[in-house]
Amino acid sequence: MRYAMAIDTKKCVGCGDCVVACQTENNVPHGYCRDWIVERVDGTYPSLSLELRSERCNHCDNSPCVRCCPTGASHIEEGGIVTVTHHKCIGCGACIQSCPYDARYSHPDGYVDKCTFCLHRVQKGQNTACVDVCPTKCLYFGDLDDPNSDVSLAIKDRAWKVLAPEAGTKPQLFFLT
Amino acid sequence: MKEELFVSGRNIPNIDPYLNIWHWQIPLYLFLGGLAAGILFFAGFYVVRGKADKMRTTVKIAPIIAPLALVIGLGALFWDLKHKLFFWQLYTTIRLDSPMSWGAWTLMAITPLSFIWVASYMKELIPGWDWKLEIVNKMEAWVIKQRVAFAWVMMILSIILGVYTGILLSAFNARPLWNTSILGPLFLVSGFSTGLASIIWMSKDEKERKKLGRIDLIFIIIEIFLIIHLFMGFRAGSETAIEAANLFLGGQFTVSFWVFVMVIGLIFPALFETLEIWGMHIPKWLPPVMILFGGFMFRFIMVEAGQITRYLY
Ligand code: SF4
Ligand code: SF4
Repeated sequence: MRYAMAIDTKKCVGCGDCVVACQTENNVPHGYCRDWIVERVDGTYPSLSLELRSERCNHCDNSPCVRCCPTGASHIEEGGIVTVTHHKCIGCGACIQSCPYDARYSHPDGYVDKCTFCLHRVQKGQNTACVDVCPTKCLYFGDLDDPNSDVSLAIKDRAWKVLAPEAGTKPQLFFLT
Repeated sequence: MKEELFVSGRNIPNIDPYLNIWHWQIPLYLFLGGLAAGILFFAGFYVVRGKADKMRTTVKIAPIIAPLALVIGLGALFWDLKHKLFFWQLYTTIRLDSPMSWGAWTLMAITPLSFIWVASYMKELIPGWDWKLEIVNKMEAWVIKQRVAFAWVMMILSIILGVYTGILLSAFNARPLWNTSILGPLFLVSGFSTGLASIIWMSKDEKERKKLGRIDLIFIIIEIFLIIHLFMGFRAGSETAIEAANLFLGGQFTVSFWVFVMVIGLIFPALFETLEIWGMHIPKWLPPVMILFGGFMFRFIMVEAGQITRYLY
């Protein structure tokens, strides 16, 4: 099992519904977020191109945040989901330093927090909150090992990229271009 | 034009516009760790070489600083933890992949050792000193008998500690400025140099100071070479590495790095130590103070600047 997500940058309109859905679903403290929208502008006026991306933790296959954690609080759950056990985390910040995507934040309660791919929902066979709420249906979630899952089908016939591949983290977020 | 904006605004305090989760506590901790490593290494070194009486300050007096530095350093680290009450979790796991875990365990070993070392010289330093407890006196006698073995263990642990202060940063792949294998040896050499500087500052024995001054000079020269190498490595590296180096070569850390670290912390003290060898009179406290200042600034700037460098955006 290998959970992953695909994000269609051609369909995303940057409405931020995924961000709000995540904050509500996961009780993210006010002023913080586990996912966010990046608006990227490329080119020189007047020939500019725009890309909108809904970003979150990449649940990297080769995750530096898990490796550097001195207490084992950061770990990999079944299906490759990277999570933090709150009562084991000492808030040393090593994992924040090690993430090339700056996907983690320090929760006001002391531990480090980030996207969990809505583990609690996924375990019940549901989609993540952001996927369910997206009005343009540009987010696809599922098991990469299953050729018929939403995410496998989404990346099958489309060109895609991952972010900062040179960091060597083997991200599991695929951006359809 | 290339521009990336956050529409939702990640609004993550201390991350945007750039990640900055570590403040003064971490560089202080790295500085004091390196300093203690330097002092303990040379204390052990001269015991192994059978020169404990000739190098009195190095072996018997200066080590008093080491446990203090280690305890203050650990205090700073503890201060920086966001989930303080859970700190003991560091000692319920050994994680070989995590430099922080290595550091925690190394400190766990070397801190008590440094206390024992200092305690075992109490009687020599303070005449009439008595532990008042029979068992402690017995333990002391045993430690004194095993002194050379203790010295060896302490030397090895202090090298691990010194290297660790650099590896803690260099293991972070995500921060291009830190992600270079030179940081381990560089922090080790710099730490040893600050250790030597504090011994030189404390020593009243002209001969001892001269000897240590010469060794320190060699360390400073190695340090300068390593720093040049560091920049050469960055300049020959990927775009992110070049960008990282540019923070020091025209970017926002240029003045602080070259003035505080290179000139005040390395070049001037090296010059003064050379003049001293040639027989010129230099105030005894001047080179050590400059080295200590430079050593602290070096760690402070590396920690600050490293957190700005990144792969994305
Ligand atoms: S994106 Fe960052 S936090 Fe998420 S798994 Fe990768 S390195 Fe860890
Ligand atoms: S902050 Fe917590 S999860 Fe992150 S490395 Fe430290 S202990 Fe592990």
